Amino acid sequence: MNQVLQLLLAGVAQGCVYALVALGFVLIYKATETVNFAQGDLMMLGGFFALTSSVILGWPYWATILFAVAAMAVVGMLIERLVLRPVLGQPAFTVVMITIGVGYVLRGAVTMMPGWGTDTYTLPTPFSEGVFKVGEVIFAVQQVAVICMTAALCALLYLFFRFSRLGVAMQATSQNQLAAAYVGIPVRRVNMMIWGLSAGVAAFAGILLAPMTFVHSNMGFIGLKAFPAAVVGGFGSVPGAIVGGLIIGVVEAFAGRYLPEGFKDVAAYVVVLVVLLLKPSGIFGETARKKV
Amino acid sequence: MRFLFKTDYDQDIRLFKHGGQVFWYGLLMALLLTAPFTVGEYVMSQLHFIFIYSIVGLGLMLLVGFTGQISLGHAAFLAVGAYTEALLQAKGVPVFISLPCAALFSAAAGLIVGLPALRLKGIYLAIATLAFNVIVEEVITRWEGLTGGNSGLHVKPVELFGVKLDGDAGFFYLCLGLTVLSILALMNLLRSPTGRAFVAIRDSEISASCMGVNLAKYKTLAFAISAALTGIGGALYAHKVSFISPEQFTLLQSIELITIVILGGVGFLHGAVLGAAFLIVLPQLISLAKDYLPANVGSSGLQAVVFGLVLIGFIIFEPLGLYGRWLKLRTWFELFPFYRKGMFRRQKSYMKSERLR
Repeated sequence: MNQVLQLLLAGVAQGCVYALVALGFVLIYKATETVNFAQGDLMMLGGFFALTSSVILGWPYWATILFAVAAMAVVGMLIERLVLRPVLGQPAFTVVMITIGVGYVLRGAVTMMPGWGTDTYTLPTPFSEGVFKVGEVIFAVQQVAVICMTAALCALLYLFFRFSRLGVAMQATSQNQLAAAYVGIPVRRVNMMIWGLSAGVAAFAGILLAPMTFVHSNMGFIGLKAFPAAVVGGFGSVPGAIVGGLIIGVVEAFAGRYLPEGFKDVAAYVVVLVVLLLKPSGIFGETARKKV
Repeated sequence: MRFLFKTDYDQDIRLFKHGGQVFWYGLLMALLLTAPFTVGEYVMSQLHFIFIYSIVGLGLMLLVGFTGQISLGHAAFLAVGAYTEALLQAKGVPVFISLPCAALFSAAAGLIVGLPALRLKGIYLAIATLAFNVIVEEVITRWEGLTGGNSGLHVKPVELFGVKLDGDAGFFYLCLGLTVLSILALMNLLRSPTGRAFVAIRDSEISASCMGVNLAKYKTLAFAISAALTGIGGALYAHKVSFISPEQFTLLQSIELITIVILGGVGFLHGAVLGAAFLIVLPQLISLAKDYLPANVGSSGLQAVVFGLVLIGFIIFEPLGLYGRWLKLRTWFELFPFYRKGMFRRQKSYMKSERLR
């Protein structure tokens, strides 16, 4: 029983990171119907920004988070403006290939930057090592912190989308771009901001992931695990992304413990294939059909 | 400017449309046939790769460019082909049996992937194929008894009727022959009812099914044929690199394969070959340029950056790819001075909104 709880905790902590990356996918997908294959690489870049401010500049943890998120928001908006706006309205797959290209550029550019390069770094956090016990279950402070911070970010995003003008405008844009334009929402600018928001979330995910996997130029490949998370939850659903991420994280943790070696790495993909075969729209997915 | 007068219905489906094509393709063929005697060893080796990737690109082109299905998992079919060939060869099976076997096994894998394709569209299909790729890679890594796991397998050169094709020339003719056969097969396929059905599915699934095209059958068939060609490419790849291991068949390989189609020009058979050639030549150019760049810029990341920028640049500025550029150039000369800017503007999108279906 204790072991199950222990695995659950580890799985949820890992799942939180998947959930945040998946959240980035979903935000962009809902608004612009683009699947951003560079999401993982945005997360990696966010990790490096955090590294710069925390290790090289020596800023405190909260300032690091703010800096990385803000810097990535700018990067996200730049990417939208420079690369994605010219192909607005092109077939979805074309746009996907563009984001793949963006991912390549980011991954390569990081290795060229002086001070970053191809090395592996650790990002210091205020809650790095401690553990505490509740009953027989050992809680690592690290994991609890990741879970709490994810929950806080989700709450913040919920409030943002529910109550702020911009948040409501983003919702309107993602539901129907044409109608949103008619009621006076500057759709293109909102799209740009959604990219910024999504990149900011990615940076946050990068900071949370950094203590678990270290910061290096290939850490973005974890973004590929967030695809299953987004699909399991239903690609167009924000709560679905969180639930999907947690499911993938927990399944992985249990597969790593109870199944033979090798299943941990493919568990997420097996789950996604099963979900796609049984219910392609995911758990929370919308099932709109075109009437001919 | 050349005017084609249609005097016969057969003209519409003829492989060569006019004498000019016969001449130029004949000249290209003659140049390639004499290539082993005229070019050096290094160029020869690059030509092998271009042909191998062309075959894979042709398979992918049939799927992406002509049937409108996305696959981010073609490295898995490449792997199936390569491992089938390697294992059969180790058992002493002659190449003219093992090569079709590689194609068959890949086609079988393609059938399996084709099944979810019946229900999935666009990005969901891409993710399903991506998942398939990761699973196949992991299976190859873990099934050590058969595949040697991470330590890989060694593959001997091709042996045909007791003659070892380990020299550059022999293998070159094998690759060339298979590429030409693949091109001819696809050209034939595309002018047959099956090929027309593929194109109909690409343009609109709803109207295709209304016209009586069996979506399930033709989508699965497209996956199978595409996978079979990729399998042949994989078998040749195994012989060419003579050592295969799981890390050659990752998702990144799949992405590289699909860029062949994008860079060459989606929807043109020429595009597959041009894209393959471009993909092989690009790294050579980059390594040439490295000598003139500062040390930290010329690091390992340079290739990724250039690759990404080329991909982005092509999609934004040249959505029809290299072959599209050639078409525009040719039309410009043919119509001089009447070429208009909007002549190649894309009129219809092959992949529609996926939220409504």
